[in-house]
Amino acid sequence: MSTVTRPIVSAAPPRLRVTQARVIHSEWIKFWSLRSTVITLAVAVTLMIGIGLLASSMSGSGAAPAGPGPNPGDLGPVDASLAGLTFAQLAFGTLGVLFMASEYSTGMIRSSLTAVPKRLPLLWGKIAVFAAVALVTGLAASAIAFTGGQALIGDGAASWTDPGVARAVIGSAVILAGSGVLGLALGALLRSTPAAISTLFGVMFLLSGVAQLLLPDSWGDRVVQYLPSDAGGAFTAVSVGDGLGPWAGLAVFLGYVVAVVGGAAWRLRRFDA
Amino acid sequence: MIEVHELTKRYGAKTAVDSLTFTVRPGIVTGFLGPNGAGKSTTMRMILGLDRPTSGTATINGRPYAEHTAPLRQAGALLDAKAVHTGRSAYHHLLAMAATTGVPRARVDEVIDLVGLHEVARKRAGAFSLGMGQRLGIASALLADPEVLILDEPVNGLDPEGILWIRGLMQGLAAGGRTVFVSSHLMSEMALTAQHLVVVGRGRLIADVSVADFIERAALESVLVRSPRAVELHDLLAGPGVTMLSVERGAFEVTGLAADQIGDRAATAGIALHELTVRRPSLEAAFMELTRDAVEYQTVGAAA
Repeated sequence: MSTVTRPIVSAAPPRLRVTQARVIHSEWIKFWSLRSTVITLAVAVTLMIGIGLLASSMSGSGAAPAGPGPNPGDLGPVDASLAGLTFAQLAFGTLGVLFMASEYSTGMIRSSLTAVPKRLPLLWGKIAVFAAVALVTGLAASAIAFTGGQALIGDGAASWTDPGVARAVIGSAVILAGSGVLGLALGALLRSTPAAISTLFGVMFLLSGVAQLLLPDSWGDRVVQYLPSDAGGAFTAVSVGDGLGPWAGLAVFLGYVVAVVGGAAWRLRRFDA
Repeated sequence: MIEVHELTKRYGAKTAVDSLTFTVRPGIVTGFLGPNGAGKSTTMRMILGLDRPTSGTATINGRPYAEHTAPLRQAGALLDAKAVHTGRSAYHHLLAMAATTGVPRARVDEVIDLVGLHEVARKRAGAFSLGMGQRLGIASALLADPEVLILDEPVNGLDPEGILWIRGLMQGLAAGGRTVFVSSHLMSEMALTAQHLVVVGRGRLIADVSVADFIERAALESVLVRSPRAVELHDLLAGPGVTMLSVERGAFEVTGLAADQIGDRAATAGIALHELTVRRPSLEAAFMELTRDAVEYQTVGAAA
């Protein structure tokens, strides 16, 4: 290492100041300069496409095994091609948690907040970068899964112009991005990767089932439809079921995301870093 | 310029920082000295807005740190070498920090060269040694060429060459008109680097003095006197402001009289001297004396 002590060359460029756009740029650099983030993103996309194509091929062949419970053969062509959504949601959610909570686990947050001591622009910057990346990659993944899936199904395949199809495909990307932002906000709220991931998984994947088991039938369904997983599912469903309509489902789902983001902003703003 | 006024931080019943008031001026290196657990790091974190004070204020160049439009331009900080994502390269860490404020990419390369990390800049920061981590922390502190530098124990983990380098760097920055505020628990280190000292213990201000004054005050010398007629000499030297402490048979230690005074009086009385040694306490000893009551974690009888 060099021991030469050179005078600081004053690079003083014009207009040094923190702006929201610059913080977004900074978060963009942070996102793409971690191997773990890029790998998790690739896994998420692979799950979305891979499982969708697998379910489509089984659906298309009509060789679904007989037995109780739903199987790919029972799914409509759109649902089959988007069957990877749940798994991709796990991966995007994890990615969101990692993007924020790792700042705390590594101590990076102290550097980040020294650069952006007003704090909230940091959270907005992270959410903006994450939502944009997740929306674009999620949309690409769900479009590829849908198009490829329909090609595999062949007879009886759905088309983009069928009612509800475009909403289901685009909606999947929205739900993926939303789940990721939910994970990110949980990471900021709980400041711990394991705590945020287990909370996210619990809420998104277990809560609905547990509620159906524990609540009496008479009002169980009414409650369950408002849970984040079911509300999100209502938005990506091609045909409207007994629960919330698609747009009500989206509103409820986004409501949860906004609420947790609000909690994250409060914790970030009010607490010692 | 850093101004701290009545700054207090309490965690529940424990007071980590207790109404600290001091000013750190530009143009010199100011040492922030105190035993471990004295509240130095907490104070620095409050100055940077990372921790919220229970009461009191801290400003950098006249404003709370967070209220500046380009905070990194006002103050650069090395709080701990591990404030870095372990999976990111040093280069991308600095690039992301620089991007927040519009610091150009060329400056990132410049600070990497300045701290001597050129060869490892593209490696994961998690694989860095403590010394390399310190250098990376100093690089991020210098990114926007700030007016104020706040360095928490910067020599930690540096090899001797690194220590010389950081001393020279701090002195160069101060000579260039910057405010340099550096914490340490080592008096000897501060005596070599700093011109002014803010000494704390248990969160309270103990001293706010120039290093020269501190050394002068600390250099209360004593004289070891050995004589075959020690008892007579002892009586001869007694007087107001003079304290004497028996060391062993035929020898005692005198404070309050200079060696030449003792020698002259002994000669006048015809008393032979076998030894006349001036003892000057080390700076470290003086510092420990000063903070003795304020040490949080005593080696002996430490309460949990």
